[in-house]
Amino acid sequence: MADYTASDFRKGLRVELDGVPYLISEFNFVKPGKGAAIYTCRLKSLIDGGTFVRAFRSNDVLKKPDLEERTMRYSHNETDHYIFMDENYEQFTLVADVLGNNRFFLYDDCEVRVLYHNGRPVDVTLPTFIEKEIIDTDPGARGNTATNVLKPAKINGGFEIQVPLFVNQGDIIKIDTRTGEYADRVLKK
Amino acid sequence: MVHPHLERSRLQSLQPALIFRSRVLSALRTWFDGAGFIEVETPVRLPIPATELHIDAEPAGSGFLRTSPELHMKRLLAAGYDKLFQIGPCFRKGEWGRLHHPEYTMLEWYRANADYLDILQDTERLLTHVCQSVCPSRLPPPPWPRLTVEELYGTHAGWNPVTDYEAERFEHDLVALIEPVLPRDTPVFVMDYPAAAAALSRRKPGRACVAERFELYINGVEITNAFSELTDPVEQRRRFEQCARDRAAMGAPTYPLDEAFLAALELGMPPAGGIALGIDRLVMVLLGATSLDEVIAFREKM
Repeated sequence: MADYTASDFRKGLRVELDGVPYLISEFNFVKPGKGAAIYTCRLKSLIDGGTFVRAFRSNDVLKKPDLEERTMRYSHNETDHYIFMDENYEQFTLVADVLGNNRFFLYDDCEVRVLYHNGRPVDVTLPTFIEKEIIDTDPGARGNTATNVLKPAKINGGFEIQVPLFVNQGDIIKIDTRTGEYADRVLKK
Repeated sequence: MVHPHLERSRLQSLQPALIFRSRVLSALRTWFDGAGFIEVETPVRLPIPATELHIDAEPAGSGFLRTSPELHMKRLLAAGYDKLFQIGPCFRKGEWGRLHHPEYTMLEWYRANADYLDILQDTERLLTHVCQSVCPSRLPPPPWPRLTVEELYGTHAGWNPVTDYEAERFEHDLVALIEPVLPRDTPVFVMDYPAAAAALSRRKPGRACVAERFELYINGVEITNAFSELTDPVEQRRRFEQCARDRAAMGAPTYPLDEAFLAALELGMPPAGGIALGIDRLVMVLLGATSLDEVIAFREKM
């Protein structure tokens, strides 16, 4: 597989370092005080989203990661195993670890993009916004509807999320799957 | 191609910065005129570019575009011109980034019978004049702090590159450990570099491992590079030859020695201080901008 030398680096490029696939999320070329060129990159892990900054020199080489993205739909789960199906009705199983908190945001027939690295699933992207029903939360204090005051609420599957005080049990809320945070209330019970 | 409407709107939004840039250039010239300097113009297209370890020249016809006007300006110095400056385009192949553009505007000035400390004082006076003329109260009044490379690396990197030079480590730590901690509230001079990191600089008398070189940083951005100029023709030839060997070893293009320049040194050149200042970056930091995109009208990619 082809490699990248530092002069190929640019924002948005996917590279592999120590066996981990990364996205170059920030890129800068610097040449300090008559020295050799240095390419400073913020690398974002495609596996856990963690980032760090690393400086590379022009002759440094990074591997091009073997990445493949597949689109599939959620079918059902068997305890910690989540079953998905692609357009040819082929089944794929992802374990809870790969899904992380996303597993609480799945719904029937939800379309997801699964990123495979060396044939192994490493990350799952859900639609940016999904809707969930609040199954349990304390009633908000009467008269206090300030939106910057939050309280815990549980959605289906038991995942706890911080919601504004005016959200009640039975309400349908919108969640941003990129952050796992409350985005909006879509239906009041 | 960018949509013509977007391009027009981009150029219109640049107008305040380009007006500011024009006023900076005018204020620089006023100061040099008052200080008794003459403005010179030397060739932009050269038969032989100055040999620098990490600077590649852009070929142009049967020659090259200059990476700096340095060697021609020193030939004028050697011939007896004692205070001279030049503002004009320089070219460095393959340098592109927030702080780099392959074609940029350089100011260089030189003083005969002077050293880098005289140039340092010029720098303080010149930039103070420019700020007073065009940008009220942007820089604190001089003197500005002077930090030596040995102090900075001792405190923030835990080693001494002046006594034990390692090129890769020096450059890496500069970017990773030193530049990020330089003061932002005042311009600061980084002084006295390892001699190995200064191809055209005189060594400090009595301490040969130190080059009489400084760089001025404003808001963490390197703005200038200055030397007490090396005037010894034997040492200069030796360094050019070493540099050419190092470039060949790195697989970089090599250029012949500039014999006309070396001949001028052999005939004699007065002690001198000289400096190069990036105009685009200066305008950028004085405007509080963070990218050259904000101060260069057209960044043509080729």
